Amino acid sequence: MTVNSTPKKSKELIRPMPANWWLQKRTYFLFMVRELTCVFVGGYAVFLLILVGRANDAQVFSGLLHSPLSIGLHLIALPMVVYHSITWFNLTPKVMVVWRGEERVSPLLIAGSNYVAWLMISFLVAWIAFKAE
Amino acid sequence: MPDETINLEVFRFRPDEEDEPRYQTYEVPFREDWVVLDALNYVKDQLDGTLSYRWSCRMGVCGSCGMMVNGEPKLTCAAFLRDYHPDPVRIEPLNYFPVIRDLVINMEDFLHKMGEVKAWLIPKEDKPLDEGEHLQTPAQLAHYKQFSMCINCMLCYAACPVYGLNPDFLGPAAIALGQRYNLDSRDGGADERTEVMFSDEGIWECTFVGDCSRVCPKNVDPAGAIQQAKVTHTLEWYQSVLSPWGNKK
Amino acid sequence: MAKSNEPGWWSLFSAGGVVAALFLPITMFLTGIAVPIGWLSAESLRGLVHHPLTRLYLLLLISLPLFHWAHRFRYAAVDLGFKGLGGLLPAVCYGGAILGTVMAVFLLVRL
Repeated sequence: MTVNSTPKKSKELIRPMPANWWLQKRTYFLFMVRELTCVFVGGYAVFLLILVGRANDAQVFSGLLHSPLSIGLHLIALPMVVYHSITWFNLTPKVMVVWRGEERVSPLLIAGSNYVAWLMISFLVAWIAFKAE
Repeated sequence: MPDETINLEVFRFRPDEEDEPRYQTYEVPFREDWVVLDALNYVKDQLDGTLSYRWSCRMGVCGSCGMMVNGEPKLTCAAFLRDYHPDPVRIEPLNYFPVIRDLVINMEDFLHKMGEVKAWLIPKEDKPLDEGEHLQTPAQLAHYKQFSMCINCMLCYAACPVYGLNPDFLGPAAIALGQRYNLDSRDGGADERTEVMFSDEGIWECTFVGDCSRVCPKNVDPAGAIQQAKVTHTLEWYQSVLSPWGNKK
Repeated sequence: MAKSNEPGWWSLFSAGGVVAALFLPITMFLTGIAVPIGWLSAESLRGLVHHPLTRLYLLLLISLPLFHWAHRFRYAAVDLGFKGLGGLLPAVCYGGAILGTVMAVFLLVRL
């Protein structure tokens, strides 16, 4: 009868994560788009900073707002920032959980009230801006 | 073999025979009511007994049969062949885990993390048996019930790119289970868990991709659990930062 | 594993996310569409900018979105593979947001 030797521990297979992992699945891609909207959010903050820096000179201020570069960048950034808003409001119910006894306040209600607030705030800001004319 | 068949493209890895993995195609009967697990069992019983994989209850409660089916983490007992037929079905081991053999992954990391997060009841008070049960209202139960539905199938880990990029990440199920006990009115162990949960490798590694909740077969919503934990930690953090001289729990 | 200090940055990220979601689209519409096409004059907008309440509005719309960018971009960069930078990445991101905030205060006060 042969003596059994200790079985050799086999090598496990490690499957490395590809560098383009976020391009390989639709949900991963949409996630990365959502994350990269922050570049446009930050970018507009920088634009406002520049705008404020030019607000003591009427011509320079107006020139910046009417420049093709400003208009072009706005047209690219605006849909990205709107995508940020939509994804943000839709995720809010997962972060903000409100309990009423045994039931959770409907996630639809929480997200919906964000959209309502968005609408109301937008009207208010636009109204203030146009009223100053 | 009946008229209708379907092809399975199965990941094979046999470290005692080859260094590299490969795919092997099996033609199996197509039946309307068969799931992928039925097809794998047909392969094992009739075509190739060397194929290794885990399974048990075949009804979606044990969490053993998780695998990648056409690139998606699924319980193979819940993935119907009719949803793929006539196209072939590609079956691979769960993503982001080391592969021991064929479709069998090494789950030690997950088991270790459940221990780290102390995924068990740490009673608030030492209640002797003759004092009766811990009482809990339906409302108290509702607070953690969803997170208690976890069957430890690890599909969420296979869906989480953060875990894929960093295996030190505590991960969706472990955090959801930690939350399950933190939110349980009978439990008094939150302080013990938060060192691990509220760390950089815990909840703060998560970037809310949300795929974990999408693939969870039990609607546990681990992503939701993690975000709620972030809110809890943030409130605690502000409390400790703004009043360092008082209010120690 | 010790408790993290991330909550500070995360709460700024969240505040920035809320401010950006609610206020940025309409503000961008005003500066990027309403003024160029003539619905709103640049001069009246410039007058509005000088108002103390508008200055506060602009401070919040510059600072908080910058902190939102900083936190989110710092993690996205790691996901995209920029791992080798270590502590440099957070320093650049949060440092940039702090710098932007300081500049905003300075510029808004001297308006």
